[in-house]
Amino acid sequence: MADEVVLLDCYYSMFGMRARVALAEKGVEYEFREENLANKSQFLLEMNPIHKKIPVLIHNGKPICESLIIVEYIDEVWKDKSPLLPSDSYQRAQARFWADVIDKKVSVAGKGIWSTKGEDQETAKKEMIDALKLLEGELGDKRYFGGDDFGFVDVALIPFYCWFHVYETFGNFSIEENCPKLIKWAKKCMEKESVSKSLADPNKVYEFIVGMRKMYYGLE
Amino acid sequence: MADELVLLDVHVSMFGMRVRIALAEKGIEYEYREENLANKSTLLLETNPVHKKIPVLIHNGKPICESLIIVEYIDEVWKDKSPLLPSDPYQRAKARFWADFVDKKVLFFFCSCFCLSVFVKKKIWRTKGEELEAAKKELIDALELLEGELGDKPYFNGDNFGFPDLAIITFYSWFHTYETCANFSIEKHCPKLIKWAKRCMERESVSKSLADPVTVYEFVLMLKKKYGH
Repeated sequence: MADEVVLLDCYYSMFGMRARVALAEKGVEYEFREENLANKSQFLLEMNPIHKKIPVLIHNGKPICESLIIVEYIDEVWKDKSPLLPSDSYQRAQARFWADVIDKKVSVAGKGIWSTKGEDQETAKKEMIDALKLLEGELGDKRYFGGDDFGFVDVALIPFYCWFHVYETFGNFSIEENCPKLIKWAKKCMEKESVSKSLADPNKVYEFIVGMRKMYYGLE
Repeated sequence: MADELVLLDVHVSMFGMRVRIALAEKGIEYEYREENLANKSTLLLETNPVHKKIPVLIHNGKPICESLIIVEYIDEVWKDKSPLLPSDPYQRAKARFWADFVDKKVLFFFCSCFCLSVFVKKKIWRTKGEELEAAKKELIDALELLEGELGDKPYFNGDNFGFPDLAIITFYSWFHTYETCANFSIEKHCPKLIKWAKRCMERESVSKSLADPVTVYEFVLMLKKKYGH
């Protein structure tokens, strides 16, 4: 019986992009369903009643929620192609740790940069730079966070690359100036079709955020 | 070569307790080192430079941080005894989801009391009136959701004690503190959850790993006094 895979997602979501990249890496065919977060579908509310958020992966009718949990699930089910997590237990723990750092530090700071102003925004900017430098340190001279092969941490971080334009514009700083190696890494990831086809256009993300700022945060 | 295991921890930490339970479930011997979070050891700062937090498990000199990541590591390395995560990928995803839910929803109520100097947001025993009631309501809602997920099963995974039980049970040692500070009864709202907790406490790995609720409460009182509340 062929697998039925549906992804409830939102074009601009870096969390949704993680699932898209992982599915593309594994060559899994799926149905992409765009959600309007201002008017969530009944289906989304049924599939993720606890958080009511995207992404939700629905595999043969069974929902899996939370982007990193979805990526691990994809990696376990379609394990014969492009492994994302290393096989060594210690390396796996390290990969999970850095993906968690991205969620705790990059994601939080990112939102602060475009949704606040004044001192709060400056704090968010500093936290973003610190977080990206920390990640750049972890990357070191490796081709990818996973080593020679694109892996779990790369999947977790690369979607934020299409949001860098938003952060740089509203935060008034250059990520490349602060973290040149990280930008080099991002461009290498973008050479992969699984990544370039999954990430949103930075200009579209920017326009989307301009709208969000006005509507929800009263910012110009 | 025998394994060398060190756990940097704090007795009352519900995150540290998760690791203690996992190690006990697997029958693993380790050296426990109590940290003083007001005066963190050099070893802690070196082994967890990113967050500077406990617990940290050091296995043959290599550190692993973040309680749920540590528990998964333990489950993978000592895979032949008492598996904590199910083998089916969908069940594993569900187990991870509920552990994550606890950290997202229930966490800050408990964590805030622990990091009084850092978390200046919602603290059930500092906040007054409306804020306190709102925080209490959010906590009860989260616990009721957990109770709903548990249903009539003996454990969250089903018949066997596992990953989500381990992730959630450690908060049980803090219930007395919350009930006392916010003046409410968790058992009244979530009787099935309390029944489940008592069932878990019958396991030696749990009863030996959880801090005594009175010790936790006294610790919080000490912190409150120290920070002038």
